[in-house]
Amino acid sequence: MPGTNNAFVEFSGVQKTYDGETLVVKDLNLEIARGEFLTMLGPSGSGKTTTLMMLAGFEAPTQGSILLAGRSIGNMPPHKRDIGMVFQNYALFPHMTVEENLAFPLNVRKVGKQDREAKIKRALDMVRLGAYGGRRPGQLSGGQQQRVALARALVFDPKLVLMDEPLGALDKQLREHMQLEIKHIHEDLDVTVVYVTHDQGEALTMSDRIAVFNDGVIQQLAAPAELYERPQNAFVAQFIGENNRLRGKVVAMNGATCLVEIPGAGNVQALAVNVGAVGRPTVLSLRPERVKLNPAPGSLPNVFSAQVAEVIYLGDHVRTRVSVCGHDDFVVKLPNSEGTVQVEPGAVITIGWKTEDCRALDAP
Amino acid sequence: MSTTAIQIGSTFEGIPLRLKLKRIERRQKMKALFLVLPLLLFILVAFVLPIGRMLFNAIHDDTLLTLAPRTMTALRGWDGKDLPGEAVYAALAGDLKESWTRKTAATIGKRINYELPGSLSEVISSARKVSLLPAGPYREALIKIGPLWGRHDVWSLLKRGTSAYTGYYLLRSVDFEYGPDSQIVASPPENRIFRDVFLRTLGISSGVTAITLLLGFPLAFLLATLPRKSSNLLMILVVLPFWTSVLIRTTAWVVLLQQHGIVNDALMALHVISQPAELIYNRIGTVVAMTHIQLPITLLPIYSVMRTISPSYVRAARSLGAGPFYAFWKVYFPLTLPGIAAGCLMTFILCLGYYITPALVGGPADQMVSSFVAHYTNEELNWGMASALGTILLTVTLLLYYSFSNLVGVDRVKMG
Repeated sequence: MPGTNNAFVEFSGVQKTYDGETLVVKDLNLEIARGEFLTMLGPSGSGKTTTLMMLAGFEAPTQGSILLAGRSIGNMPPHKRDIGMVFQNYALFPHMTVEENLAFPLNVRKVGKQDREAKIKRALDMVRLGAYGGRRPGQLSGGQQQRVALARALVFDPKLVLMDEPLGALDKQLREHMQLEIKHIHEDLDVTVVYVTHDQGEALTMSDRIAVFNDGVIQQLAAPAELYERPQNAFVAQFIGENNRLRGKVVAMNGATCLVEIPGAGNVQALAVNVGAVGRPTVLSLRPERVKLNPAPGSLPNVFSAQVAEVIYLGDHVRTRVSVCGHDDFVVKLPNSEGTVQVEPGAVITIGWKTEDCRALDAP
Repeated sequence: MSTTAIQIGSTFEGIPLRLKLKRIERRQKMKALFLVLPLLLFILVAFVLPIGRMLFNAIHDDTLLTLAPRTMTALRGWDGKDLPGEAVYAALAGDLKESWTRKTAATIGKRINYELPGSLSEVISSARKVSLLPAGPYREALIKIGPLWGRHDVWSLLKRGTSAYTGYYLLRSVDFEYGPDSQIVASPPENRIFRDVFLRTLGISSGVTAITLLLGFPLAFLLATLPRKSSNLLMILVVLPFWTSVLIRTTAWVVLLQQHGIVNDALMALHVISQPAELIYNRIGTVVAMTHIQLPITLLPIYSVMRTISPSYVRAARSLGAGPFYAFWKVYFPLTLPGIAAGCLMTFILCLGYYITPALVGGPADQMVSSFVAHYTNEELNWGMASALGTILLTVTLLLYYSFSNLVGVDRVKMG
């Protein structure tokens, strides 16, 4: 984890506005450690791409400073930053062959012929496209173009590589394959990666840490498991993974836990993560796979009866939509490990969950 | 199962599948043809046929064959060495007599006059005098009436007239002509003008093309990078001249550039010059006016190509370490080449045919091929020369286009 002194990239108090009225990025403070794979995740318009563009040098912060390896890069033009970048649509130069594309950053740096050819070969071998050097980008498939773009961003050994939704144009299978490939390349090379995506699966697969952006602010910055297991606010809980929300009101605080009243359904024991004082509204966040079906009496603090509204068979699990506590969009994921799951639409069942799986968060 | 599949595959209702497909495709082709038929007919009747007919005039000339048929028949046996015999002269006398009565002597004279200047009046007077002549022998009498008929070159000319096809007009258009013995020789210096005219046409056209490119490229870049709203406004200003007639735009330049025009007055008032500069009725005026007219035509294809170039290419180049100029020159500029090619090609080809503008704002030494085509068509009524000049201009244009498209690749040229 990064400390203040050894941060490789440091945003401090960065703000950005395009029109002088609304802030696209509001007071951004972020430290990225050397060798880290950090993902900026968020919906479109959340400010993550703007942040990346400020780091690359294509946008200037309206306020605040960005440090790269301890040096302020606010006034440094993009070509002097020595940052590799992979663009959303690859941006391979269409009038050059794959090799010429890779040679471009080396020619700019006046790398000698022998050294240059060795580096190009190494980069192409790394993305397993050694035989395609003479082709033009137009003659390659989307996945191959993506790999060339990756090789081009890495061929000049930058210490920092930025990726702006690089897998957005690929189909699902290829995307998952490339995710692992990029992850392995990152592990093999000692390079810092800042990755922008709106795909949470991608972020969870690849990242050391994820910064969840919304509305120009980092909502939570944490490792993938932490983010999923312990979301700090309702936005993160909703954005990462599937989530059941129960709206209620805090009726009692009890140290780390609290009692929340769900109107017309009773009280729920929940973990007090991000709640105000007694009497304030809250949203309970509950992962669908943490809900137990027909718990033994007395084993769980929260037990409610529910009516099954819909059953969807998905092979490895059965997705069951139930009506509980006045919410009819409550989803329960029942693992299919016993072979058959006995739920029928219309049946009345009992469901329950632990206090620590139910997080009381802010009510947006 | 497999047998049925094969049967279905090869026949359908007893008709082989391939035949069926062909029939359907033919029907669709006929439908498509039917839709383009009106335009096809229009182009054929209003464009291909008249132009083809005019081009044919460049090599086809049967004036002598129709107006002096006897002479032409008699000349077929002539060996071309000495003057022809009495029989040929008698035939000529017969033709001249007939031309006098049918008033076609001037036409014959004019045709001979093209190649032997100064012989028009002699032919007409010969025809008049021959018509008064009693019966032969004609040889001595004709030479006595008109010394022209004792010259060897006029007989070579008449002998060439026995064929309806002549290379004279085309040769003349590149400053060659037939010598006294029908050999091809360079034209005398006073007739040697067309190579200069062609070179001048190509020179002015390439100059104007280069200037429009130099002026248009930065403007196109500006238009392509500005926000849509302001670029639309600028674009209107760019295409505004398109909505004005070429004649008006050219005359406007006369107002601006003439001796006491706005430009000269302003320069003199600012004491930049002490005497009015010669800005019009010379090469400067021609190039300025043509550049103004052609600028949008060079600019628009470049602009439309630039609009399609994603800004991420230059960004990628910058992120890879290229400075602003290097990124522009190695990445952006090559991507605009198809637009540059299309714009320059269109401007260049259109410039080759300029006629009104050089006539209005150029001097005598700025007239391009088209002026000569017009001169031969309207004033001299020498359609052979007009057609020959046009043919050569068309051929040069097509050759340039061909070599150019081989160089750049015609599929890469984007016409707007």
